[in-house]
Formats: sequence, C-alpha cells, structure tokens
Amino acid sequence: MSEFPGWIVIEVGKYVDSFVKWLLSNFSPFFDAISSGSMWMLLRFEGLLYWLPWWIVLLVVLLVSWKVKNLLSGVIFASLVFMIGLLGLWNLMIQTLAIVLTSVIISLFIGVPIGILMTYSNRVNSIIKPLLDAMQTMPSFVYLIPAIMLFRLGKVPAVFATIVYAIPPVIRLTDLGIRRVPREMVEAAHSFGSSSWQTLFKVQMPQALPTIMTGINQTTMMALAMVVIASMVGAPGLGMEVLIAVSQIDIARGFEAGISIVFLAIIIDRLSQGIAEKFKYPE
Amino acid sequence: MVKIKVENLTKIFGRPPRTVLKKLQEGISKEKLLAETGHTIGVNNVSFDVHEGETFVIMGLSGSGKSTLIRCLNLLNRPTAGKIYVDGENITAYNKAALKQYRKDKVAMVFQHFGLFTHRTVINNIEYGLEVKGIPKKERNEIAAGILSTVGLQGWEDKYPNELSGGMQQRVGLARALANDPDILLMDEPFSALDPLIRRDMQFELIEIQAKLKKTIVFITHDINEAFKLGDRVAVMKDGNIEQIDTPENILTSPASEYIKEFVKDIDRTRVLQAQHIMFTPSALVTPRDGLKVAVKEMQKNGISSLFAVNNARILQGLVTIDDAIRAINENLTLENILNHEYHTTGPETYVKDLIPLASESKYPIAVVNEDNKLLGIIVRVSVLSSLLA
Repeated sequence: MSEFPGWIVIEVGKYVDSFVKWLLSNFSPFFDAISSGSMWMLLRFEGLLYWLPWWIVLLVVLLVSWKVKNLLSGVIFASLVFMIGLLGLWNLMIQTLAIVLTSVIISLFIGVPIGILMTYSNRVNSIIKPLLDAMQTMPSFVYLIPAIMLFRLGKVPAVFATIVYAIPPVIRLTDLGIRRVPREMVEAAHSFGSSSWQTLFKVQMPQALPTIMTGINQTTMMALAMVVIASMVGAPGLGMEVLIAVSQIDIARGFEAGISIVFLAIIIDRLSQGIAEKFKYPE
Repeated sequence: MVKIKVENLTKIFGRPPRTVLKKLQEGISKEKLLAETGHTIGVNNVSFDVHEGETFVIMGLSGSGKSTLIRCLNLLNRPTAGKIYVDGENITAYNKAALKQYRKDKVAMVFQHFGLFTHRTVINNIEYGLEVKGIPKKERNEIAAGILSTVGLQGWEDKYPNELSGGMQQRVGLARALANDPDILLMDEPFSALDPLIRRDMQFELIEIQAKLKKTIVFITHDINEAFKLGDRVAVMKDGNIEQIDTPENILTSPASEYIKEFVKDIDRTRVLQAQHIMFTPSALVTPRDGLKVAVKEMQKNGISSLFAVNNARILQGLVTIDDAIRAINENLTLENILNHEYHTTGPETYVKDLIPLASESKYPIAVVNEDNKLLGIIVRVSVLSSLLA
C-alpha cells in the first residue's frame, strides 16, 4: 500500500481556528448584533404563536387553506394540526415553526435583493453562482460547524445554519424570474421613460413574482427539512424530539415527532404552493 | 416641416463598437467584418428626414437593420456614430434625465409582439405611460377611457392581455402608445404577428386614426404591400443601408436599383396607383357659354367623340357627346339641354383597383373631381383596364 507522504500535510484547521477566534475577538459586536437581532425576531414569533389560543390557530389554518385551496383541504389541514396537539407536541411544534418562520423571513430579506443584483451585474452573478452551487451540494451537517463557531449553541446558530441551507432557491429563482421577463416587455417599459426602479418594481418584479413564489415555497420546505439537523446545535422543537428518540432508540417517541414534522411539511408545502398559484396571471 | 432628422447614423453591435468605424468607412463588407472582428453592422451611415404628420415607412427584409434603426430613434439602441435631431435637438447627446423626459413626452413605441404587461389589466396597460409620468389616478383613468374607445376596446378594460386575441392585443399596444399623446409614434412591425384579415383591419384603422390625430409615424414592415398602402414615403433598406427613399408611386415607376425592381415586381399596381397618378388634363373642355358649335369643333379637332362641360370655375357640369350635339344643332336646342350625366366621377385618391368596375361598365371617360366637384382631370378607360395586364 502506498501512503501519502506525511511531511507535506498542512494543518489547515489550525489556521481556520485562529481566523474564527480573530473574527470573534475583533467583530464580536457585529455577531452579537446579528445574534440578538435574530433572537429578538424569533422570540416575537414564538410569543405570538404561544399567545394565540390553540383553536384560533386551527381556525386560521382552516380559513387560509379554504381561501387558497378549498374547504376540504382546509378541514384536512386543520385536523392534521389538531392531531399534532393530540400527540402532546403542540409547544414543540410552535418552537419549530418559530425557527422556520424566522429563517425563511431573513432568507427572503437577504435572498431577493441578492437575486436582483445577480440579474443586473454579471460580476455578482459569477461570484454568487458557484457559492450557491457549493451551498447546495455540501452536506447540511457542514453548516453546523461555522454556526457553532460563530454563535455557539442554541437557537441562533440553528437559524443561521437553516438560512445557509435554505436560501439558495429564493436567490436562484428571483434571478431566473427576472431574467425570464421578455425583452420586449422591458423595452416597452423603457420606451415610456421608466427609470430603472420603475421598470424593476412595475414590470420585472411583478412578472417574476410567480417564479419568486416558487422559490419561497422551496426555501420554506428546505428550512423545514433542516429542523432535525439544526437541533444538533441545540435548537428546541420537534427536531430535538426526533434526535433524542434516535439516540435512545425510542420508537414511539420518534414516530410521534416524525409524523408531526411530516404533517407540518405537507401543510406548509400545499399552502405556500396555493399562495404561489394565486400570483399567476392568465397565460 | 422636418420632425426627425437622421444624419450619418451608424449602429454596430459588438464590443467595443467604435474601433471598427474606420474599417467601415473604408468600405469593408458586412461578412468580412463579422469574420475579422466579430462585429455586426446594424445600420450603416444612414441619413433621412421625417416630416411632421407624415407616415414614414421603413421597409426591408429581416436582417436589413430596420428594427435596429427604429430602436435608435428612441435610443433603445445607442447609435455608434451619427446624429438624430428631433425638433432640432440632438437626442444622441441627451443625458439620462433628458432621455427619460424625451421618451415620456415625445415618442411612444408599438412592438411586434405587443410587449404588453401581462400582469396588468388592459386599462392598466394603457395607463402605464401616464403612471410613469406621475399623472394622478383619476386623470389617468379619464385619458385611458377616451383612448379605449378610439381603438375600439370598450368592455375589455378589466381583462388581462393574454385573454385577448392577437388583434385585440395590438390594439392595446397602440392604445398604450397613444395614451401618452406623443408627437412621434414608432411602430416596429406592429401587424406582422397578426393573421392577414386582422392585419388588413388594423391597417385600415391605423389610416383612420392617423387621419384624425396626424402624428408623425415611423412604421417598420417587411411587407411591401403594407409599406405602399400606409406610407406617405417609403425607405427601402438592405444590409443596413437605405437603397431608396421616395413616395410609393415613384418607387413603383422608377425603382433606384435592381434590388428594388425585384421587390416591386410582385406589387399589385392597382392597389398603389391612385386616380391622380393616371389621370391627365383633358385636351378639350367646353363651357355652356361656348355653345354647341364650339363643342363640335373641339371634338373634331381632337378626334374625340365626347367632352366634359365645365363652368368658369371649372366646376363639372356634364358631358357632351357628338351624337347629342349634332341632334341639338338640328333641333335648335342649347348645350345645357343635352348635358349627359351617365359618366362616373371619382376622387383623386381613389385606388385604380376601385376604378376597374367603373371603367368596365361605362363607355365614357371617368371624371376626377375634388370635393367641390371641380374637374381635376379625366381618366380614359384604356389606362384603367390596361393596368390589369401589367
């Protein structure tokens, strides 16, 4: 067996470690600000969801599904949420939802402008594209490493890792949506003397909206898919429940938490797809 | 009055475009340039004037540079070299703000594939230009509603463009351009995507609208029949150059090159030539005061068997035939008694095609008169009917 020569091995980890330490010691106010900002948002959502009586939550699910799909889906989705409650996992569900919601909203605030920048600048495009490819091909566990390094344990690194994992679709589809607006339509907007902002907000964004909505749907689903992995850095919720069940080989507990995540996934997917559908114009 | 003056306009695609200008001036061919440097010539050193209120048609096959040229007129394409004056101002020197103002106030465009905003209703599409201008909602609505009826779209205001047929969609495109009340209307093959029957309707409607609004129109087409039907003057383009600019009749009767000759070969002349182009001044006329003897003498002198009678203001009174004149002299009647009215009259702008039935059913020449019934000229039957053969 031939061996790789040991004397040329570089210990790159050492440098990364000292780089992170340097970052933390020099930019700790910056990371603290991010941390407390996202924590604040997270707590608002959690507070809101806890504050709502459980039957109001069911009613909202019923009415929204009725509006975007139909009454039958409304009844089904509301009973799925009711079943999560029956399993005794209501509070965990709310913690999970708060993390997912926070991650998705931060992703949109970062992702949509980046997507717009990509359509306008080929340079930005050529920098972001490979980054997105890397983010999507890397195993999602890997995001936990910088998350812990920068934010330690808890909900904030969970949100950070979730954003990194879930943001690519909304960026890509914002870019794609705007690029796909027919050239003649953009020319028409310009021919009436529209400024770049007017063209963007009156023509390109509305035209791209159905595509962007698809991106939001995918981002949301990916954020939900991240809940179990994110629980490894200490995010509470249904994911943590699954993690504990796996480590204790507790089939009952694992099944209950797992099926609840599946229910949530189905509801969120169908609802966000239904909402995306509403943004389509007659073709 | 000259509305748009284009001077030595050149548009080259490829980066950087200016580097090849010199080669172009030395007369390098389009193919050679593309092979050597990768640059494409869109428009090559073109100059022309467009007069106020005229419909100026630019005609050429695909790749001739006509769409590139029209896009220079509102600077959707930035010219590589040359100047464009609109109302005496050089628009190629405009900065961003001045350009926006120019596009808002003076010029509007109609697109080949309509370029409608599919996320907006018909009425909101029409309002777009006004919205960009910052006109308040209520006023916008009133203007748009007025335009809507001009182009015959009442009842469709709340539909989305994709719910409309092609012809209807282009009406929206036209309405959207007209709503801004621009001096100049740029139309880039607006009817090419429509089927032939709808196209004919739209052409007809454009002529009607233009008669009312009297805009300066620059119209692009690849269809020579359309060009000759709509254009007051037509520019024929080939490979980025203008081959000839003239009225349809002059292009038809004296084409400037073999290329154009080839083009106009298939043209139905009777649809281009009008009464005024084939009429001639009658060699003999008579007034009632001249009397019958003079009439007979005139006919004899010119070898004709009938002539038109007019009064002193040249207003047409009737026709005198040789048979009636002889009979009247024998029966002691006056010229007024025997005036014949079995001839046809027509306006100067009637197309020859529409004269064919008149010429074939009457045995007398056709009188061309203006709206006051003043005689402008006559058309002998042979010149109408012979055009069927050409």
